[in-house]
Amino acid sequence: MKDWRYWLAEQRGTLLAFAIFIVMFAIYSANHPAGFTANVVQTAANKGVLLAFVAMAQTLVVITAGIDLSVGMIFTLTNCMASWLVIGTGLETAFGVAAVLGTGLICGAVNGAIVIYGRLQPIVATIATGAVYFGLALLLRPVPGGSVNEDLADFLTGRFFGVVPASLVALFVAVLIVWVPFSRSELGRAAYAAGSSETAAYMSGVPIRRGKFLAYTLAGLLAAIGGLFLTFFTYTGEAAYASGNAYTLFSIAAVVLGGVSLFGGKGSAIGAIFGALAFRTIGDLLFVFDFDPLWQPLFQGVILLIAVSLGAFALFRVRNRLEWFL
Amino acid sequence: MDGAAPLFHMEGISKRYGGVRALEKADLSVTAGSIHAILGENGAGKSTLIKVMAGVVAPDEGRMTLDGREVTFASPAAANQAGIVCIFQELSLIPELSVADNIVISDPPKRFGMIDRKAQRRIAEQALARAGASDIHPLALVKDLPLSRRQMVEIAKALARKPRILILDEATSALTAADVAKIFGVLKRLREEGLALLYISHRMNEIAELADQCTVFRNGRNVASYAAGSKSDNEVVELMIGREYSHIFPPKPVRHQPGAVPVLEARGLSWSGRLDNISLSIGAGEVVGLGGLDGQGQRELLLAFFGVLRGLSGQILVDGKPVSIASPAAASDDRVGMALIPEDRKTEGLMLPMTVRENLSFAALDRLSKAGVIDRGAEQRLIDDMVGLLAIKTAGLDIPVGALSGGNQQKVVIAKWLMRQPRIILLNDPTRGIDVGTKQELYQLMRKLADAGAAILFYSTDYDELIGCCDRVLVLYDGAVKRELVGAEITEHALIASALNIHGESARSESVVKGGAA
Repeated sequence: MKDWRYWLAEQRGTLLAFAIFIVMFAIYSANHPAGFTANVVQTAANKGVLLAFVAMAQTLVVITAGIDLSVGMIFTLTNCMASWLVIGTGLETAFGVAAVLGTGLICGAVNGAIVIYGRLQPIVATIATGAVYFGLALLLRPVPGGSVNEDLADFLTGRFFGVVPASLVALFVAVLIVWVPFSRSELGRAAYAAGSSETAAYMSGVPIRRGKFLAYTLAGLLAAIGGLFLTFFTYTGEAAYASGNAYTLFSIAAVVLGGVSLFGGKGSAIGAIFGALAFRTIGDLLFVFDFDPLWQPLFQGVILLIAVSLGAFALFRVRNRLEWFL
Repeated sequence: MDGAAPLFHMEGISKRYGGVRALEKADLSVTAGSIHAILGENGAGKSTLIKVMAGVVAPDEGRMTLDGREVTFASPAAANQAGIVCIFQELSLIPELSVADNIVISDPPKRFGMIDRKAQRRIAEQALARAGASDIHPLALVKDLPLSRRQMVEIAKALARKPRILILDEATSALTAADVAKIFGVLKRLREEGLALLYISHRMNEIAELADQCTVFRNGRNVASYAAGSKSDNEVVELMIGREYSHIFPPKPVRHQPGAVPVLEARGLSWSGRLDNISLSIGAGEVVGLGGLDGQGQRELLLAFFGVLRGLSGQILVDGKPVSIASPAAASDDRVGMALIPEDRKTEGLMLPMTVRENLSFAALDRLSKAGVIDRGAEQRLIDDMVGLLAIKTAGLDIPVGALSGGNQQKVVIAKWLMRQPRIILLNDPTRGIDVGTKQELYQLMRKLADAGAAILFYSTDYDELIGCCDRVLVLYDGAVKRELVGAEITEHALIASALNIHGESARSESVVKGGAA
C-alpha cells in the first residue's frame, strides 16, 4: 500500500465527521432565510464552539481508554468563576482569565491523580469529582448572576475582519497550542499507547502515568476554555445542573461522531470538533425547517445512531466473525 | 569461555508469588559476544528470571551486577536504560499504533519537543531492515498485521533500542520457517557485534544451531550449565524434567477399516481468496494433521469448520450428511458435536479473571442445566472427571484461571471442550509455548480421544508433532491442499519439501508478502 492510503485509513473517522458536518451545514445554510452569510456563520460558530471545546476535552481522556463525566461540571464551575473574576481593568481581567484556566487545570489534575494514583475507575472517579465541582459552582453562584468584561467578551464572540468568527479562531488556536503539541509529543503518544494496550505500553517502558495525567489535566483546561466562552456569550454565571450534565453527555456523543474509539487508543480531537459542530447543527436544521424545538433531542438521538451505524458498516464486510470482537 | 569477566551476573536470586517459589537462589552469568540458551519446563523459573532481569518484577533477595557494578531495576524502562532489552513471549506491541510508532515507542526521536516523524520513519525502516523484515510497511497499524509479522516488528523494536543484552523469550514461536532463518542470521551478526544474547526456546534444534552456552532450570534453580553441544538431546531433556525421557509420542494404532462413512468431510471449501477448493475427510479414530508454512490457510480452515467464517462456499458433511454451521454455537451443538481448541488461549479460549470452575463449565452449561438452572452436582462431577483426566494442576477450582501456568491454562481450554464430549475435535496449534511434560500429556490425550472414536483435525507449526501424532497430514499452500502424506510418508523432509517446493524461492517470498498484507 502507498503511504497516502495508510494516512487515509488513519484519518477515516475524522474525515467522516468532517463530511457529515459539511453536508449538514450546507443543507442548513441553503435553507436559511439569510443564506450563507457572515452573520449566519458567526451565530452557528458561537453555538458550536462551546460543545467543541468540551468534546476536545473528552477526547483527550477517551484516548487513554478512560471517560470524564466531570467535563460538563468543570465547564459549569469555570463559568460561575469567570462571572466573578473576568471583570475590571485589563490587568484584572487577565488575572481572572488565568485564574479560571488554572482552576480548569487543577480540576483536570485532580481527576487524573485520582484515576492514576488512586487507581479508581475513571467513570466512578469523575462522577464523584463532577459532583464536587458542581457543588463548588453552586457555592459561587447560588442564583444566576454576575458579569464579565464585555469588551473582551464582544471581541471574542464577534468577527475578525468582518467575516471570520472570533470564536472559531479561538478554537483553532486551542487546537494549535493544546492538541497539536499533545498529539505529537512523547507523552501524547504514551496516552494513546496506554489507551490501546496498557500492559504492552508498560512493558515497553512508556511513561504511562505521566501521559494519562497530562491528558486529564489538559482536558480540564479545555473544559475551562469552554466555560470561559460560555461566560462571554451569556455575560453571566449560572450553576445549571441540567446544562452541565447535557454537555458531558453531548461531549461523548460528539467524540463518537468524530470517530474517536471509546475503547481508547484511536481518534483525534479534530474529529471530535467536527462531531460537536455536526451535533449542534442538528438543532439549527430543525429551526430552518420549522420543526418544534421539542423534537430536538429525538433528532439528535437518531442522527447519533445513524452516524455510529455508519462507522459500523465495515462490520457487514467482515467475513471472519472473530473480527467483530476486535 | 576465555575467562573474561561476565557482562551481567546474578546470584542468589529468589522470588515467591504467594506460597509458590518461582525462583530459589538462582545464579546466571552472561558474557558479551555469546548466545546463552536457557532451558527448562514451563514453571521452571525461566520467565521469572527474565522478568527480574528486565525490571518487570523485583526479586525478594539476591544481587545483580552489570559490568561488575551492582544494579537494581525499578521498571522495564530502567532496565532498558541499562541496555537490557527483552522480547517477551507476550507481545508488547500497541495494537492501535503504527509499526513505526511502536518501534520507537520507548524513546521517540524529538524535534522542538515534538516527535520527529521523518526521523521516526527512518529509524523504523532501518530497524525493520536489520531484522530482515523490510516487507512490513512502517505506517501499517500493528493490529492489522498477522501474528508472525507482529513478532518481526517486536524484534525490530528491540534492535532499535541498541541493546547490550538482548533477551528472546520464545521469540520464534509464531514465526514462519523463512523468518526464523532470517532472525538466526540477525542473532549471529549481533553476537559478532559483541552483544550478549539470552535465548529461551522449547525447540532443541534452534538451541543446537544458535547457542554457545546452555543453562538448564528446574523448580526455580539452575541445575546445570554446559557448553552447547556437550550433551545429547536426551540428556538435556532429562535434566529439564528430572525423569527418564522416552516415548514422547504415543504409538499409532494400525489404521481402521477403509470405506466407513467419515465423521467429518469437506467438499470444495473456498473462502475469500484464503481457502481454495479444499476437500478432505476424517474418519472416526483418525488424527489428521494440517501442515505447511504458517499462514497458508490452516487457521481459516479450522474456523470455516467451526462456523466462524461468512461467505464460505462448498459443503461440510458430518456423518455423511450435509450440515450448515452458522456459528460456533451451532458447531458445538450435539448434532454436530465439534470443538475447537483455539490458538490464542488468552483471548479465544479463556476468560482469565474468572475462576477455573466457571471457565470449565461455560461450553457445557446447556448440557448441565435443567429448565435453565445449572445442576451443581452434575457440574461438579464432570469438572472433577476433567481435572482428573487432564491432570490439571491448580490450587483450587475457585481461583482465577489466569493464575495457572501456561500449560495448565491450555489444559483448562481443552477440558472445557471435552466436557461436551465432542466427536470432532479441531486443534489450532495447541502446544505453542507449552513445556515438554505437558505436551507429552496432550499427545497421549489426543490419541486417547481418537481411540474413543473422535475425529481429530490438528494444526501444528511444529513438524515433530505432526510426524509423531498424525495418521495423515495435509500440507496446505496458499489456501489449497498441496499434498497428502500418509503413515510412513510423514517425515520432516517430506513435510518441509511439500511446504516449500511450489515454485522455489520466489513463491516463498511472495507468500510472505501476502501474509504481511492480510
